[in-house]
Amino acid sequence: MIGKHRHLTGLEPLSRDDLLSVMELATSMKEVLRRPIKKVPTLRGKAVVNLFFEASTRTRTSFETAAKILSADAVNWTSSSSSVTKGETLVDTARNIEAMHPDILVIRHPSSGAPQLVADHVSCAVVSAGDGAHEHPTQGLLDLYTLAEHFTGIAGAPAVAAPDFGTLAGKTVAIVGDVSHSRVARSNLHGLTKLGAKVRVCGPPTMIPEGIEAMGAEVHHQLRGAVEGADAVIMLRIQHERIGDPLIPGTREYSKFWGLNEKKAAEWLTPSCAILHPGPINRGVELSPEVADGARSVILDQVENGVAVRMAVLYLLAGGAHEAAEGGARS
Amino acid sequence: MNADGIERALARMAQEVVERARERGGDLAVVGIRRGGVHLAQRLRKQIAAFTGTEPPMGTLDISLYRDDLSELAVAPVVGPTDIRFPVTGKTIVLVDDVLYTGRTVRAALDELVDFGRPRRVLLAVLVDRGGRELPIAADVVGVQLQVPDRDQVEVRLVEGGVKEDEVLVKPRGNT
Repeated sequence: MIGKHRHLTGLEPLSRDDLLSVMELATSMKEVLRRPIKKVPTLRGKAVVNLFFEASTRTRTSFETAAKILSADAVNWTSSSSSVTKGETLVDTARNIEAMHPDILVIRHPSSGAPQLVADHVSCAVVSAGDGAHEHPTQGLLDLYTLAEHFTGIAGAPAVAAPDFGTLAGKTVAIVGDVSHSRVARSNLHGLTKLGAKVRVCGPPTMIPEGIEAMGAEVHHQLRGAVEGADAVIMLRIQHERIGDPLIPGTREYSKFWGLNEKKAAEWLTPSCAILHPGPINRGVELSPEVADGARSVILDQVENGVAVRMAVLYLLAGGAHEAAEGGARS
Repeated sequence: MNADGIERALARMAQEVVERARERGGDLAVVGIRRGGVHLAQRLRKQIAAFTGTEPPMGTLDISLYRDDLSELAVAPVVGPTDIRFPVTGKTIVLVDDVLYTGRTVRAALDELVDFGRPRRVLLAVLVDRGGRELPIAADVVGVQLQVPDRDQVEVRLVEGGVKEDEVLVKPRGNT
């Protein structure tokens, strides 16, 4: 259970305390991740099934690693080699997998709302690994964790230390790119605003959804105005399938106006401003290689923290006796 | 047991630890089991230094991820930090807890400890052994031996934990 939630389908339904409970636990998980023998018996006998209806390297490997470190059995399932190609529906697939008694289903799906639909039809816990343009909650959590580490001044420290999540309050974070199609942007927006940070979103007008101001974001269409004075910048991946369609004419133009290179970073960013990216990076499009690999980049910290955050999520959702909790049998 | 009694018990325990450690060799290190054992481990470490002249390295263990009752609990327990920054292999590790009861915590702590390496030897030091074991586990060094019925609980309160004076209390279970 994360607070009163049995599933993790987004950060929107979570309270500030729910977010903090996951992230505080992630510090302990990060310590386990860094041990020479990175294995604890916590979820022995639990099964985690990764249902991936979309390509992924980072997220799937991260969930699988997290499950294995906690001694859960991880089964990877990809739609391209499954009966989905024969026309099986999402709910049928999920219910058939459920009949094999998994404890957690991790779902990535191209349609927004797919994890919630599955959660409504199965009895095991469901974790979204990104659905359509809705949310990518574990990415949101790992970004919050990485930002808090950076603001606490312990990013990249050799020993695991607990970030102070209070440092997020009052900070300004710019999210740059295709915000319309970005589930990462949505999860970040929900998470950051709940922890008191100010969020700017920036991109071509065709890539900023209408009404995003109502979610607490400040809209910019010029990169300079969005990143100047920001405490951190989250650069989104520009999806190849969008290039050449009417949203943006081409990668060179995108890179020129909304990409971040060494020169712009040096002129516009404050010295302590961190750069995040959810990956995979299009080098030379949204980020130049010098910036992606530079001193400001905390991109690989994000990946490491991703495993820790996912361990925390799996522990909270698989560790308890759910039936007892639901029946009000809590003592 | 009052503050004076606790201090005297710890001094005697430190002396016993040092003597036991000499039997077999291996450098000493102290590991406190969270949460009750950590402050006691720090005090024991100082007492050991009073005998040997050097403070042994100190670490903490949080056994939440090694519990055997996770699927019986409605809500996953809060996990605290485990922090062992010295090599465990070859050392004589003094595992410290406040109260020894069922032995399940010590079982979990031993499992976690050996994930960090292969100690030469592990000694278990507890301030209170209250009886009631559910596993074949015994302490090597004990501050005080009590026979406390299951309906009661033993609480070790230390100034480091925010109370005015150190004390060991035996009271009915349930009210904190």
